[in-house]
Amino acid sequence: MSESIFGIHGAALELRSQRMGVLASNIANAATPGYKARDIDFAAALQSRLEQGQLEQGRSGNPIMASAQDAHILYRAPTMPSLDGNTVELNREQIAFSENALAYSATLSFVQGKVNTLTRALKGE
Amino acid sequence: MPDRPMTLFSLTEQAMSAQMVRMNAATSNLANAGSVSSTEEGAYRPIRAVFTAELDRASGLSSVHSEGLVRAETAPTKRYDPGHPLADGDGFIFEAPVDESAEMVEIMESARQYQNMVQALQTAKQLMLETLRSK
Repeated sequence: MSESIFGIHGAALELRSQRMGVLASNIANAATPGYKARDIDFAAALQSRLEQGQLEQGRSGNPIMASAQDAHILYRAPTMPSLDGNTVELNREQIAFSENALAYSATLSFVQGKVNTLTRALKGE
Repeated sequence: MPDRPMTLFSLTEQAMSAQMVRMNAATSNLANAGSVSSTEEGAYRPIRAVFTAELDRASGLSSVHSEGLVRAETAPTKRYDPGHPLADGDGFIFEAPVDESAEMVEIMESARQYQNMVQALQTAKQLMLETLRSK
């Protein structure tokens, strides 16, 4: 249902929020020895999410879209590995975080625009 | 908090607590810099916070918590000062092996990471509010 209204943006918004959590985890663990920085491969995760949604729609079942994105969490390759085994590079994490926040805002405004369109059509003004 | 799912808020809270422990440890070290003892065992040894990552499988978030404090194994500085009231029988005193500049850097780094967490939470919270308020 939500898939047909919001198209790609519903899944994208959820993934963006998940990626925000992963990046925040990296920032939180910037000083933890042995911690490996992680990130979500957004394009691949979104692709598989959409394919899964189509499959579910074909079976006319309620789409339960959980843990599919787990497969797309990857470890980040560090520019320069540090001695304590920690691969968090704060500059990269911060840029990724702000880029992700911006993309979240953009996706959110697409969703809001869709909702506004529907509301206007329903009201018939 | 194993019974409740981890959110961005609890993640930030734990990260900030960990940084606070780290900063308190560094401040204690600074406060004890130059403290003197009459025995080698009695001299102050600098303490350090040990961080470990804590992964919440349900949400995929991993927070940080400080597992405890460890004492550094550096030997105290032995100095000959027979006039000192705490000097031992041979006239030696033992000074705490605290590196003031290292501790200052530790405090600065800890403060930076604390700031990073606050900034990340602010951005995330603002986005959540925007999503919540959309009609």
